[in-house]
Amino acid sequence: MDREIEQPQNEGREPKRVSRRDVLKMGAVGGIGLLLGATGLKGLSLLDEPKPASAKPAPAAGTIPFYGAHQGGIVTPMQDYVCMGAFDFTTTSLETVRKLFKQWTDASARIAAGEGVADESGNALVPPADTGETIGLLPVRTTLTFGLGASFFDDRFGLAGKRPKALADIPAFKRDELVPEWSHGDVIVQVCANDPQVAFHAIRNLARIARGKAVLRWMQQGYQRSGLADPKGATPRNLLGFKDGTNNPAVGDADVAGEIVWAKGADGAPWMDGGSYMAVRRIRMRIEVWDRTTLGEQEATFGRHRDSGAPLGQAGEFDKADYAKTGKNGKPIIPADSHMALASMGGKVKIHRRGYSYSNGIDLRTGQLDAGLLFICFNRDPREQFIPMQEKLAASDRLNEYIQHVGSGIYAVLPGVREGGYIGDTLL
Amino acid sequence: MLKSSRTALIATSLAAVLLVSACGESNKEAKSSASPSASATASASASPGAAAFQAAVDAYRQYVIDQTDQFVKSTDAFVQAIRDGDIDKAKSLYAPSRMFYERIEPIAESLGDFDPWIDAREGDVPDAEWRGYHKLEKALWVDNKLDGQTSVADQLLQDVKQLRVKMESVEIDTPMLVTGAVELLNEVSSSKVTGEEERYSHTDLYDFAANVDGAKEIYNVLQSTVKEKNAELAAEIEARFADLDKTLEPYRKDGGYVLYTTLKEDEVKKLSQAIDALAEPLSQVGTVVEV
Repeated sequence: MDREIEQPQNEGREPKRVSRRDVLKMGAVGGIGLLLGATGLKGLSLLDEPKPASAKPAPAAGTIPFYGAHQGGIVTPMQDYVCMGAFDFTTTSLETVRKLFKQWTDASARIAAGEGVADESGNALVPPADTGETIGLLPVRTTLTFGLGASFFDDRFGLAGKRPKALADIPAFKRDELVPEWSHGDVIVQVCANDPQVAFHAIRNLARIARGKAVLRWMQQGYQRSGLADPKGATPRNLLGFKDGTNNPAVGDADVAGEIVWAKGADGAPWMDGGSYMAVRRIRMRIEVWDRTTLGEQEATFGRHRDSGAPLGQAGEFDKADYAKTGKNGKPIIPADSHMALASMGGKVKIHRRGYSYSNGIDLRTGQLDAGLLFICFNRDPREQFIPMQEKLAASDRLNEYIQHVGSGIYAVLPGVREGGYIGDTLL
Repeated sequence: MLKSSRTALIATSLAAVLLVSACGESNKEAKSSASPSASATASASASPGAAAFQAAVDAYRQYVIDQTDQFVKSTDAFVQAIRDGDIDKAKSLYAPSRMFYERIEPIAESLGDFDPWIDAREGDVPDAEWRGYHKLEKALWVDNKLDGQTSVADQLLQDVKQLRVKMESVEIDTPMLVTGAVELLNEVSSSKVTGEEERYSHTDLYDFAANVDGAKEIYNVLQSTVKEKNAELAAEIEARFADLDKTLEPYRKDGGYVLYTTLKEDEVKKLSQAIDALAEPLSQVGTVVEV
């Protein structure tokens, strides 16, 4: 089993290649952060060149330890399934919150290791401690990632003064059709695993442990193509049929992750050192409308060829996009309002996308498919990364005609938990 | 009208007195006949906690019998109103009468066919066999007339009286006690909270509150044992009962409850979540039982 264990802070690399130098480098990330903090995010333009984010697919089985410098599920190579739950506290006692986070920590460490949430007593007069649907199943790279929503910092727990400035309210974007029931939440828990039942089990048991202290506000399951269907681990496609994530930064590289993903204590909130900020958008796709859209329009919408994933006018998926190149009509081959052109942000702003598709059956009012993208991204400072990018997309993305943002949330994803510590212990 | 209802009242109390005195005697028999089952759990009685559990079982048994006595009386009054053709009075007595039953429902269910006879909703049983409270509920709230309902009412009273007789021989053991409280809350979760129980009268909150009362009573008889063995669990359960009570508070009105249809979606959700919040620690009461 040991050989399957990856170091969470080094995911995306060969599991065994954790050298002493790497460890020292990671230890120094805080120091580098201090320097970067002063220069902002200028260095990001270095990362303009697209390249495959992970050269080879992650193994389907294996265990990712819950404890570590960073939480798993952030720079971890993507698992096949997600089950994401947002909780609201029903308690107003900070002590109760602390106690719950300790219980959740123990349960999470056990779930990640493929164990039930607690030892069973065998007492026939009480319900089993664990709900049981993962008995005999491997953990298949389960990660549990905890974050705090903006509402956690209201007047209930006396922590308003600790709210990081980077945990900025997402402004109302043009065309937003947000539903409160699909948005926000005091705490977010993202569970990823290579099995949907294993992922669901985690949220279910955390919700059970939370009863009387916190309730689920919303929950969404998601998937991408599985490793079985795509053993080579190509860039996944979204439900509109296009490759999604070609330009994702190579966060398996600690330096890249340090610039794009990890918050630094010096950024303003010392308790967030080693954490990150997650933006979640529940984006419904107008599937029926898209399906009757011509290939030409579909490709112009994304700025890529559908089958190869190549930028328009190029041959290969990872070829550099040429935004200046014009066609016979004198207009750019890649339309300026295409999704790719806008999202590239001139190569200056990057986010680490880690979204999943979802399908929830049909909309009972219209009979249309209720499916889309559970957009998830991690960034060091949403004010400089996600928010300006989304602002630009909301204003003029050609894709907007085919999508509808119905849920939204932004969360301060906590630093990793050290063994013996608990979720949120740097804050609470 | 006044005269006849007073006569009815006298008749009712007379019947009740007769019944109670009859019970008084058979009660003793029942207790002595209950002892074999107590000795069946001889291994448990060897432990010091066993006496406390026996006391809890005895106390709860008394509660169940008291509730059934009151259920006979309340049903008698309700049935009399139906016989009198007094729709308004029958409507006003309907929901409160049922509360005695809802408090002890899992026990009544353990006694055979009483639950389908007394409490079946339309569609739970073949139409031809449908009888009991909910059939009268439909006559009162949907048909708004009582033609031909006297026989249904008479049958109901007979069923309830027979339940009372059967209660004498009810056997309650420790597992029934520790799971009974959660079962009552499950009743709330699965039918009351969805508004399916009282689909015509919308008096679901009476049943809701009565189920919770019944769960509270079970906890009460076990309270000292739970407190002694797991004070933290006891404190948690008590806090959740208090929370639930607070959540129900806004819906109390004139000694009863508002109609369930007046609740907004998020209010229903809060009630449902308060039940889940209580039932979870309550399901751990079995941890204090020595098996």
